Amino acid sequence: MSAKKTLFDKVWDSHVVHQIEDGPDVLFIDRHMVHEVTSPVAFLGLKNRSIGVMHPEKTFATADHNTPTLNQHLPVADPLSANQLKMLEENANEHGISYWGLGHQKNGIVHVVGPEYGITVPGATIVCGDSHTSTHGAFGAIAFGIGTSEVEMVLATQCIMQPKPKRMRINITGELQYGVTPKDVALFIISQLTTSGATGYFVEYAGDVFKNMSMEGRMTVCNLSIEMGARGGMIAPDQTTFDYIKGREFTPEGAAWDTAMEYWETLYTDADAIFDKELTFDGSLIEPMITYGTNPGMGMGISKSIPTFDETQGGAATYKKSLDYMKFGEGDAMIGKPIDYVFIGSCTNGRIEDFRAFASIVKGRKKADNVTAWLVPGSHKVEAAIKEEGLLDIFTESGFELREPGCSACLAMNDDKIPAGKLAVSTSNRNFEGRQGPGSRTLLASPLVAAAAAVTGKVTDPRELLQEEAIAG
Amino acid sequence: MAYDKFNVLTSSAVPLPIENVDTDQIIPARFLKATERKGFGDNLFRDWRYNQDNTPKVDFILNNPIYSGQILVGGKNFGSGSSREHAAWAVYDYGFRCVISSFFADIFRNNCLNIGVLPVQVSAAFLQKIFGEIEKDPNAQFEVNLPEQKVTILATGESESFDINKYKKGNMTNGFDDIDYLLNIKGDIEKFAEQRPF
Repeated sequence: MSAKKTLFDKVWDSHVVHQIEDGPDVLFIDRHMVHEVTSPVAFLGLKNRSIGVMHPEKTFATADHNTPTLNQHLPVADPLSANQLKMLEENANEHGISYWGLGHQKNGIVHVVGPEYGITVPGATIVCGDSHTSTHGAFGAIAFGIGTSEVEMVLATQCIMQPKPKRMRINITGELQYGVTPKDVALFIISQLTTSGATGYFVEYAGDVFKNMSMEGRMTVCNLSIEMGARGGMIAPDQTTFDYIKGREFTPEGAAWDTAMEYWETLYTDADAIFDKELTFDGSLIEPMITYGTNPGMGMGISKSIPTFDETQGGAATYKKSLDYMKFGEGDAMIGKPIDYVFIGSCTNGRIEDFRAFASIVKGRKKADNVTAWLVPGSHKVEAAIKEEGLLDIFTESGFELREPGCSACLAMNDDKIPAGKLAVSTSNRNFEGRQGPGSRTLLASPLVAAAAAVTGKVTDPRELLQEEAIAG
Repeated sequence: MAYDKFNVLTSSAVPLPIENVDTDQIIPARFLKATERKGFGDNLFRDWRYNQDNTPKVDFILNNPIYSGQILVGGKNFGSGSSREHAAWAVYDYGFRCVISSFFADIFRNNCLNIGVLPVQVSAAFLQKIFGEIEKDPNAQFEVNLPEQKVTILATGESESFDINKYKKGNMTNGFDDIDYLLNIKGDIEKFAEQRPF
């Protein structure tokens, strides 16, 4: 009788080239995504060792972290950014890696374009020098972020050395309430586990809520796995997955598709397989979420008040520092707080479904005068869909402008910086101090919450606006 | 690329008793634009260390001359967030060779091990003892002994052991890196690659 295996074990074990006693596994990597910020020193390392890229055909480069989101047809103004982008192009060309640079029709955020073009497939191992690589786990792949030394390692040998993480399963049962999105599910889980609750684990998400979720939604949830400390998160592939990937440019075709499907259909956790930790939550109890502090674990239902020092676990000094930075007080309600900026985009919520959600609330309403809104599609493909589906007309009519693709204000490496002291509702993934620009204050939320804030100028429960819609409709 | 060997380090330490110190604090994204690994120490903890007009914030620990040393002691969940190895480079470039905490984020820990900075995880109680010792005497000396996997408060003789796998320990004490290892098994990797279905 063969041992019962989890989905994670099946994929991991099939990629182990070599095991080191009391050491890491040597893991083969099927897909390596590369971007301009974490790769130049890795390519320099190859040069210093006088070696090349072992499998350029398994390596894909795109420019995203450091790119402007306006006037991409013009030369990049910041000389440091321009240099980094030039280095990526040169390195990709030198090593024969496909390169989707600024202005290329396939350009976009690495974790948006990978799935869009079928580079991401079930059962693969995928790495990138970016912690949100966990996104690709939505397809039943093992995907995780790595450092630059590891980028060099994968370029040089197509392998990485990693101790095998422990296994955790998070089940969300039942049905989500109206107005509750995948982002809310993820922020809810992180608020329950804290930002270190899954450190050392690889998470499988299971239960009806994920079964009924779109691929875009699953990507949002897996994307945020790192925010609870997990190396990655994954969801067993099913018909929703196969329908999404079929026919994409890099997806296997014909007989290769059939062979792949035979394998992909074995990718699920066996009944009675053992997890090191298992948690279950009732999905119907999740509210639209919002964060109030300086890490993604400091989130709560939007109708709640900020916990008092007594209610929090852990260091009171750290908690106080966090609220002081946010200029919030313990016990404050979030609803009604005036906001200055809204950012919709990023590898977390920069996909077409997110812009549809945003449009569902702003349609027929006007952007609040006190709000500056940045709408940044995750890729040119998303941008094109926004136009084709008529969402751009809705945005324009409501006083919003669409920018060009990139990571943008999620990490504010380019010019898209929230000014010091300003409060932003952001669909991105991190509310760390200064993350969106020095001194910026971030409230993480779903595209619906962002839209409700954009049209009211303050933190607003999106269900109120959706309800009006429903009544009016 | 080989790096400095790590065996026994005896040094004073710089305390940062804050939890969840994330890599955006260690090195903010706007300082990730370099294409070579140098100068990151200047921007270590940039926004905690300097005002927006670039004057030093006098109350930040790195700006207090009574604290120095090659050991950084941080609160629980040190290095959470982004995978940027630049955070570990900044810690190293500033002059730290060891970070002690009661809990590390995964990727930061790996990044440190890959560049020759030793992450030492101790119990919450021992971490408090270390902070307490530095509070009593900012020049208190600590010994981090990698071969024996032990960290000692020299003034009191109290010590605690720490974990590290044998492979990484060997790398650290010899200054080897993973790529050296992997290039030696390149033949096996190529054979494995041929069997991959996609």
